[in-house]
Parts: sequence; structure tokens; C-alpha cells
Amino acid sequence: MTRSFILRTPSLLIFLICLALFTIAVTLAAHYGLISTSFVKTLGKTLCLCLAALAMDLIWGYAGILSLGHMAFFALGGYMIGMWLMYARTEEIVITSLANSGLPATPEEIQQGIASQIFGVVGASDLPAIWSFAHSLPLQLALVVALPGLLALIFGWLAFRSRVTGVYLSILTQAMTLALALYLFQNDSGLRGNNGLSGLQNLPGLDAVSQDSISLWFFWASAAALALAYLTLSWIVSGKFGSVIRAIRDDEARVRFLGYSVEGYKLFVFTLTAVIVALAGALYYPQAGIINPAELAPIASIYLAVWVAIGGRGRLYGAVIGAAVVSLLSSWFTGGRAPSIPLGFATINWVDWWQVLLGAAFVCVTLFAPKGIGGLFDHFTGLHTPDRKGAPLGPDQGSLQEKEAIE
Amino acid sequence: MRFLLACLLALICAAPLRAETAAEILTANAALVQKASRQTIAPVIDALGASGDPTAAAVLEAWANKGLGIRKADGQFFLITANADGYALTDLAGAPAGQAAKSDITELKPNAGVRGMIATALVQFTLSDPDTLKRAAALESIAKDPKPEALAPLRAAITNEPDATLKTQKQRLERLLTLRFDPDSAARIAAINSFGADLGLDLRGALNPLLATTKLASATPPTANIARELKPGRDLTETEAYDLMVSANLAPARLTVEAQRTALIANLQNGEVGGVSFADLNTQAARDRAYTALEAAGTVPQAATDDEATAALKAHHFYDIYTEPDPAVTTAASAALKSIGHKVAAMQAADLALDGLSLASIYFLAAIGLAITFGVMGVINMAHGEFITMGAYTGYVVQLYVPNYTASILIALPLAFAVTFAAGVAMERLIIRHLYKRPLETLLATFGISIALQQILKNVFGTQARPLTSPAWLDGALTLNDVVSISYIRIAIFVLALLFLTFFLWLMKRTRLGLEVRAVTQNPTMAASMGINPDRINMLTFGLGSGIAGIAGVAIGLFAKVTSELGTDYIVQSFMTVVVGGVGNIWGALAGATMIGGLQKMIEFLNPSNTLAAQTYMILFIILFIQFRPRGIIALKGRAAGD
Repeated sequence: MTRSFILRTPSLLIFLICLALFTIAVTLAAHYGLISTSFVKTLGKTLCLCLAALAMDLIWGYAGILSLGHMAFFALGGYMIGMWLMYARTEEIVITSLANSGLPATPEEIQQGIASQIFGVVGASDLPAIWSFAHSLPLQLALVVALPGLLALIFGWLAFRSRVTGVYLSILTQAMTLALALYLFQNDSGLRGNNGLSGLQNLPGLDAVSQDSISLWFFWASAAALALAYLTLSWIVSGKFGSVIRAIRDDEARVRFLGYSVEGYKLFVFTLTAVIVALAGALYYPQAGIINPAELAPIASIYLAVWVAIGGRGRLYGAVIGAAVVSLLSSWFTGGRAPSIPLGFATINWVDWWQVLLGAAFVCVTLFAPKGIGGLFDHFTGLHTPDRKGAPLGPDQGSLQEKEAIE
Repeated sequence: MRFLLACLLALICAAPLRAETAAEILTANAALVQKASRQTIAPVIDALGASGDPTAAAVLEAWANKGLGIRKADGQFFLITANADGYALTDLAGAPAGQAAKSDITELKPNAGVRGMIATALVQFTLSDPDTLKRAAALESIAKDPKPEALAPLRAAITNEPDATLKTQKQRLERLLTLRFDPDSAARIAAINSFGADLGLDLRGALNPLLATTKLASATPPTANIARELKPGRDLTETEAYDLMVSANLAPARLTVEAQRTALIANLQNGEVGGVSFADLNTQAARDRAYTALEAAGTVPQAATDDEATAALKAHHFYDIYTEPDPAVTTAASAALKSIGHKVAAMQAADLALDGLSLASIYFLAAIGLAITFGVMGVINMAHGEFITMGAYTGYVVQLYVPNYTASILIALPLAFAVTFAAGVAMERLIIRHLYKRPLETLLATFGISIALQQILKNVFGTQARPLTSPAWLDGALTLNDVVSISYIRIAIFVLALLFLTFFLWLMKRTRLGLEVRAVTQNPTMAASMGINPDRINMLTFGLGSGIAGIAGVAIGLFAKVTSELGTDYIVQSFMTVVVGGVGNIWGALAGATMIGGLQKMIEFLNPSNTLAAQTYMILFIILFIQFRPRGIIALKGRAAGD
């Protein structure tokens, strides 16, 4: 136990080196025009999804809480940054147009102009109270962290306090994201109803900078955030804290009897992951350019779980690999670039059949390869699990089975 | 003779509307008739209606249908029928009058407004028409668009009405018209009181216009029929009150931001306005200062400042004034509306309860299969929604082959059960039985199946909604009165839900299979050692739960759109129903469904414009509810509760 942190977690160094090489490669390729701006954006978005998957892995793979509502925090983070982007951008436009109107504009006129520009689509012309901070980037950035964090804190406190666990918690989190989505779908929610926020790819004050550069900046930011989060999370899970949350996953009652505050640990993990996911969302949506309440649909959060499961839960690099592989494959298949397979009687058009393939693959992974893609690394490094005759590591619903455990 | 005619003509010209026959009226007002417009033609049509000429009805009808023409040569009116050579002419009395070329006749083409007026005038003829259907139609058209003129012909047509139903209808309509249009106020009040607390929409439709009010600003109390006095700041905003005064010319208009900027721009001189430099005009205070300076200089008109506006508001009173001038009538009408209001509220509560009950039975139907798989077996089946969809599509496919809707539904119900039973058994055998100890994994695996199934259904049936038509005897609604009604489909679903409840109770409590299921649920190992095969029981239970989902799908498909996303809309609600009610107990599912259904309808009633908000609040409520009863309304006790 005297070895340094880096040596104890060899995967960290390998991961960081791989990520650095990947970032340099993409930067060079983009510089020489080998890959398009939109592909750089896709890669940047994928890195954000990997970041979200990393958080999902912490809460599901390590703490055994299957949250099916984390994409709600992702979208909330996006909404928070989107509000500033949209406000500041509209403010520029309004000031330019008012400058031609004969008199210097008063603050009230500017405010009114922004409100009617943004909310004209939903038939309102007043700025709702939740936009009070939208004029200030620092405040809105604070909200990116604070709002999802607070929501997770309240929700988690309510849920863990009454000992809602296992599938019940999954269903409850799913209900939470559904409720939020339904609320945002209303026109009078103050966030433009199902129109959502748009034009987020245009950074205010940076009209002169081309999208090529902006997409690279966001790519770098996403890569940096991913590296930082990976570093932090590896440090967290390799210490005592990590041991406790793994113990909670495998046998919650025993940990409680040992004197640990199980609810406190769970609440911390829930809130921390919500904040990480919200940051990922705040980086994701300026690259996507548009956000609307459909992003909060329960299915999105389930996909997050699917990525982690396919990549291999309970190991951080597994989550990243899963998210990257599945989301890139998904955009390749649904983008219509995958060749169709003629079967004689019918043609398999991948745009239509990709979801079927994904569902089937997912079932197979759950049944036959609970370790996911990450299990391959164990195979190559010759790491074998002890023979426990198929017994699970713990009695709890989230506990890893014998096949999955490596640590 | 000529002299007499001339006298007659003079008489007609002097008082054209007192003419006797339709032909004379038309001839006398030929110019008006030819250029008929809604504003001017009323006297002519009224005269035709009041003439008592038996041909008037035919003439009016022909006019409305472009069957009336004027011979250009002498200005005589004819009923015209177009044929190969031009027009066949018939004079207004009905005798054939030969043939005319197209160019000799001016065809009258009344516009839509005039045609509407003619139709109203025709009503009084049709009210006494020998054809019962025509009389009923005439009554309906009066009821739709009540007019004072209709009152007299309607009264005249009551006594000779042979049909008893129509007679009651006529009498009711007569009273409705009386309370609105009769000149005698005592008659109106009597008519209002004669209804009591009648629930008819037509009565409320007639009473409400009597109580229509307009807002009025005035310095002294007006003589009109005052509904109530309004206090600015409490009953209406001060801006509204001031606008009211402005529109009544009691006060000068307030200075708007737009008017101010226009005035300031117009008076911009040497980079400053009224002593304020141009660059400083970026605050409202500076602009006000500049404008006041301009006002003082007299270059812009005076506009009300805030102080002046407040003083003016103080000096005036604001009233709600009834448009109906007679206070006795308005008092009677508002009393009648009030008593109706109480009765309507009671009826609405009953209607709401019925709505809630029907929604509850839908949720119950969707959730009962889940209550078996999730509640009894502890297996989360995310593909439950897709089983519902499969059931609905089975119904659709059956209807493709069996055109008789009643027969097709009767075939579809067992077939849907069979299809989803098979699917459920296959899923249990292939996947779920490997995951019994890992509920979270089951959730994800069944979710994988769910997205695959949904996409396959989408690929097979397309994205557009498919029809699943209910038999004709399920169309329509059981209407108790104008407030309470419930559609037959919903009653059928309610009955179906009851049937399933009974069936489930019978199966679990009275049969061998039910006994074994309960045994395996409580303790699989012990059950196995007693000779029960847990594998077989699990398979059958899962199949049963899935099969019921299929039947629920057929029922839901009858009123919802059948798309591949049908089940997704119900899956979260169904889970909520089971979780709220209490897992592992059919009564729990029932209680959960009743609570969620009733509550959702209640929230929708309180906030009717927004069903999305209702669902949001519903889910929030459930999340909070779980806090207080984490195991649901009906929680299992003892060993069966597990952990």
C-alpha cells in the first residue's frame, strides 16, 4: 500500500495518454482539413457523453444505484448554459437593431426587445423570473452546477431517507426525469416549451471566429474535462471512499451495521455525479446547438445505462469505451452511411434496424458478458476471477455477480 | 282601369313596404332587390315574410337558390330554371310563362349575408310545414341563432303542432325566446322562473347574454342598470381603469414610450432635446426630463403624467353595467343562474368522479399484467408496454381480415392474449430466468427487448397510426344530462377491468395454479421441495401477465391511436400504479389505479388548460407519496414482504 497512486491505478496513465494522443490526432487532422467541422463536433459531443457515462459508472457500477434519471441533470446543465448563450446573443442583436432607431436605447427597451425576441415563439413578451441571472455568465455558470446539484440533493435526500432502493429507485428517478420533461414541454414553463433553446453554437462576442475554431475549442474543453473527471474519479474510487461505496453496493445492511452513514455516502455520490453530468451537458449543448425537452425523455437516461453496461460497469475506462463505441456506432448506423444488407426477400436498412441490433446486443451483453467490453482487457491481461461457484458478491440488488468482480 | 292601376302604383311607391303580394313587393323594391346587401335588404325580406302571400315562401326560396330573375325588357320578376336555350320562366304565382334567352334575363345572385337573412325569414313558413323533419330543422335553426323576429311566428306555430315532442320543443324554445326578447318584463321574469334550476345548455346560453356587462367610467353615478362598482387596484388594474377613462374621453391619453420617442426624435436639434444631450437619452428618467422641457416650451402636446393620472382616477367611479336595461330581469336571471350553478357544480363533481373512474380502469387494465410480473414475481418487465402495443396491433391485423367489427373484437381479445402469452413465455424462458437474482439486470435486459420490439413493430406497421375501430354499439355516449355523460367504450373498459379483477382473484384464490403461484412467490425452495415445479410456475405466471397486457392493448387501442409508441405512454404510469398501490397485491394495484386516475382528473379539472402540468404534478405527488408510504398504499406484511 505504499505504492504511489499512479502505480496503483495503471489504467489511469494509459487512459490519459490515449486521450492526449487522440486529442492531438484530431487537432492535427482538423488543422489539415482531413476531418470536417461537423465530425469534430460529433467527437467533442462524444467526449461529453463519455464524461456523463463516467459519472453513471460511479453511481451504478461502484455504488450500485441504477439511476435512470441522470440525463435530466445533463439537460438541465445544457439549459443553464443555453440560457446565457441565448440571452447574450439576442442582446447583441437587439442592441444592433435599436442602434438604428434614432435614440440611444434605454435598459428597459433592451430588456423588452430581448424578451420579445426570445419568447415571441411561445406568445409571451416578458422575461420569466428564472431568466433573472441569464445576463451574467458567472452567475449562470454557477447555476450549471448549483441547480442540478440542488435538485439531486433534494431528490436524493427524499429518496434515500425513506430507504427507496433497487428497482424502486430506478423507477422513481425515471419518474423524476419524465416529470421534468413534461414540465418543460409546457409553453409557460419559461424555457420556450417544446421549441427549446436554439442557436447555441454561436458564441456571443465571437462572430469573427469561425465555427472550425470554436468546435476545436469545445473539443479541447471536453477532452480536458474528461481527463480531469477521470483523474478525480479514479482517485475517489481508489481510496477508502471507494471501498465504502463498493461495500454499499454489495451489502448495504452490513455497511450500515458497521457504523457508516450509508445514506450520506449515497447522497454524496448521487449529487456529485449529477454535477459532473450537468457539466458534461453544459459542454455538450453548445456543440449540439439546440436543446429541447425531448432530451430529458426517460429513454435518454436508459441509454446512458446501456453504454455503461456494454462498456463494462465497475471500471471507469469501461464506461468511457462503452459510451464512445455505442454512440459513435449509433450515429454511423442512423446517419445512413452503413451499407444496407440485401437478404433476397427483404433488405436490412440499418437506419430502421439499428435499434433492433442495439437491443439484441444489449440483451446478449447482459446475459453472456456482464463485464462488457472491459472484460476483454481482463482476458488479455490474464486476469481471472476466483471460483465462487456462481455466488454473488453480496445480497443486494445492485451487487456485482461473481463473473463481474475483479477487484 | 288605368287610373286605378296608377293609383295603386302611387300607393305602392309612397309606402312600398305595405304591398300585398310577393310580386308587388319585389317590383316595388326592384332596385333594392337587384343590388341586395345585408345592410339594406332587411325591410324587403321582412315585408315578404309578413305579406301573408302563399307564394312568398316559394319566391324567397327561389331567390336564395339563384332561381329568381328579372326580365330586362319590362322589369318583371320570374322564377327561372336554366335549360339548353336559356331560362324556362314561371311567374310568381306558379304558372308557366314561356321561355327566354339568357341575355334577356338578369339572374339575381344574393350574397351569403343576404341568403342567411332569407333563410331566417323562411323559418316561419317551415315552422308550420307539413313535413315533421322540416319543422324540426326550422326549430333547430331558430335555437342556433335566436332573433326577436322569430318569437311571433313561433308562438303562432305552437297551437297547431300535431307532434307532441315537437310541441314541447317549441314551447321550450318559445320560453327561451320570451325571456330574452319579450317587450314585457313581467313575462320575461315569469319565463326565467318557469325553468327553475334546469341544466340545459340552451337555457344557460339564453341567460348569460342577459347578464353581459360593460365597464364604464363616470364622474357621477350613471342611471343605467349597474351590476357593481369597481375599485381600481382591486377589481381592475389602474392602467385598465385609466384606459377606460381615456376611451370615454374623460382624460387625456397617457404618454406611451413609443409616442415619447417619436416626439423626442422629431425635436432633436443640435444634438440635444429640451436641454438634454442626445447621448444622455439612454435612460427613461432623462427622456422624461427632456419631454417635460418640451411640454413647457409648448412644442409637444400635454400628456398625462403619473400624478395627473392618479388624481383623475380618484375623481371618477367605475362600474360594471348590464347591457340589459331592466334590473328586475337581471336580478331574476342572476338568481336563476346561481341556482343552476350549484346544481351544475354537483353534476360536474359526479362527472369528474366518472371520468376518474374510467381513467382508473384504464390504468388498472394496463397495470394488472405488471402487477403480476412485477408484483408477484418481482421481475421488472420494461417490455410490458410493447406487449400492450402488440395486443393493439393484433386487433388491427384481425380487423384487416374480419370486416365485422363485433366479431373481430371478439376474435382479437383471445388472439391478443395468445400472441402476448407466447411472447411472454418465450422471453421468460430465453432471458429472464437467467436473471432472477439480478433485478436491475432484468430491468436493462427487458429494456433491450423493449427497444428492439418497438423498432420491429415500427418497421412492420409503419410510423403512422393504424385504426382499431370499435363496433357500432360501442359508439356514442350514455348521456344523463348536459353535464354528465360517459362514452360506452369507457363503460366497456370499466366492465373489462372488473372482469379481470374477478378473474385474477378467482385464479389466485380458487385454483391449483394460483395456490402454486403463491407458494413459489413466498418461498421457491420450499415450494420446490413440496413437488411444485418453480420453473413451470414462473413461466406460466409471466405468460399470464404478458397475456393480460395484450388484452389491455386491444381495449386501449379502441380509444387511443395505435402506433408503435402506444405502450410507452402507459409504461411509466403502470409502474407508478403498481408502486403506489403496493407491490405484490392485486388490491394494491386497484387502489393505486383509483388514486392515480382520480387524482389526475382532479388536477386536470383544477387546471383544465394544461394536461402536461397535470401529469407533472401527478408524478411529483407520487414521488412525495413514496416518502410517506414507501411500500405503497397496501403493503404486504410479514415474510411475504421479503427482505
